[in-house]
Amino acid sequence: MDRRVVGVETEFGLAHHGGERRGLPPEEAARYLFRPVLDWGRSSNVFIPNGSRLYLDVGSHPEYATAECDRLTDLIASDRAGELIMHDLAVRAEQAMAADGYAGTLYLLKNNIDSQGNSYGSHENYLIPRTTHFRRLSTILLPFLVTRQLLAGAGRIVPAADGRGAHWAFSQRADHMWEGISSATTRARPIINTRDEPHADAGVHRRLHVIVGDSNMSETTQLLRFGSTDLVLRMIEAGVPLGDFELEDPIVAIRTISHDLTGTAAVPTRDGRRVTAVDVQAALLDRARRFVAEHGAHHEHVDAVLELWERTLQAVSSGDHALIETDVDWAIKKRTVEDVAARGGLELDAPRLTQVDMAYHDVHPERGLFRVLERRGRATRLVDDDAVRRATVAPPATTRASLRGRFLSTARAFGVEHQVDWVQHKLVDRPLEALMLKDPLAVEEPRMEALLDKLGDRAARLQELDLEQRAAQPGPLALSERYRVRGAPPPDPPLI
Amino acid sequence: MAPHTQGGAERRPQDARQEETVDGGPGAGDAGAAGGSAQARQQAEELDGLLDEIDSVLESNAEEFVRGFVQKGGQ
Repeated sequence: MDRRVVGVETEFGLAHHGGERRGLPPEEAARYLFRPVLDWGRSSNVFIPNGSRLYLDVGSHPEYATAECDRLTDLIASDRAGELIMHDLAVRAEQAMAADGYAGTLYLLKNNIDSQGNSYGSHENYLIPRTTHFRRLSTILLPFLVTRQLLAGAGRIVPAADGRGAHWAFSQRADHMWEGISSATTRARPIINTRDEPHADAGVHRRLHVIVGDSNMSETTQLLRFGSTDLVLRMIEAGVPLGDFELEDPIVAIRTISHDLTGTAAVPTRDGRRVTAVDVQAALLDRARRFVAEHGAHHEHVDAVLELWERTLQAVSSGDHALIETDVDWAIKKRTVEDVAARGGLELDAPRLTQVDMAYHDVHPERGLFRVLERRGRATRLVDDDAVRRATVAPPATTRASLRGRFLSTARAFGVEHQVDWVQHKLVDRPLEALMLKDPLAVEEPRMEALLDKLGDRAARLQELDLEQRAAQPGPLALSERYRVRGAPPPDPPLI
Repeated sequence: MAPHTQGGAERRPQDARQEETVDGGPGAGDAGAAGGSAQARQQAEELDGLLDEIDSVLESNAEEFVRGFVQKGGQ
């Protein structure tokens, strides 16, 4: 597959701080947060004009699932658009709460763990051919994912416990995984979830659902995370011999590796060897380099992925974390925590440093520490602010999401009841003409055009609004109407 | 193929570090040392600015902030 469809789902943590009074509990705060969503779509589980999905999930976590993307920078922009969307909703929720007498600050954190060790996820979906041998997923992909935290961990200060003092870990999620491969999610979180809903032609594709990843803030870390995983999948799909790193106990291994920033902790393989995380990653990187040399780069960022992959392994094995201090989340965060600690003479167990750890993931564009670092040149960018803002309203142009976005925005413009999900497109009054679009790379569909034409003369009646016109609408930007119907009154002016 | 601009951006930190080593390294001439200290002063100012900004955006009661951040588990 030269073009692979990838998506990422992010669960956000939220906390309301009430100032004088006690803040609202997360469930209450989540209800305020989703009030504009409910008003817009009469549900707290909706597909929005940019083709993504916005919903309240298990445990009252606000969740955003990016539209299906086939270009890494689109995926990064769409994921980051999710942060902007959550922030927009948070600002409105604060105002609504204040109006009800609950003045305070609402924090939305794109992290994976709270102060009591509750965890919530960042789930990746990769479309893979159904012919992929499941066996190779456990012998190659699982060890890759167990050790991928070196490349893409968000970093965490682990509080003192069980006789070990406070210390750094690569990953926020590693301690919360309980199985290698299984069908469970909350009950026994597996690294690879076998829930197989491809949202595509199930005879040809299956969905690889990876729930081991940390939520990333850094764009270069995202590039490395998705880019390296795609390369490993490509090699598996091509049948390239990749050796066997099957681990004796992936769950013990993932924890051991997470808590050892030197990357030298050895873990047993099934065939009785002992390998380090760097061993596994370096072997796969070496094969990936050879694979790319032989088959050519299949997208424009392959060289950047390989370069950062190598540099990160070098940083871990040499202990010179400065090599990646602007590019990989755990190292960006650790550098800042160390700077704050040095100024205040703080030890790693100081609450201030855990606060820095958490605030790194705050989605607030001014207050969030990752944003502060980025503005000061301490984090490398790949997509600019304009691209992210556009991604809050515009679906990726190269996938089915573009059809979904246009379908739902057109139906809304004509005031017609409709239902959409990843594959389904239905006008409620015309159930027999519902369209199942099983090709996630489809960007043209004559049947959909014919169906939408029945709603009215689109060319004559619909005027597509630009970004600023949409921003001027009173609701959240992501939920703004894409079309104005000619002859209809203009949308309400913004509330002042 | 990787766009050169992007590769360049990613290598910036390495270049910056190499300059540091050269400036502060043994055998640096007077001009180099003066340049190095100016650069070091600028870096210290930037770091101070960053740490001040971090102080200004974080809630003052760190312990309360951390303890108050409690969620239910998700997936």
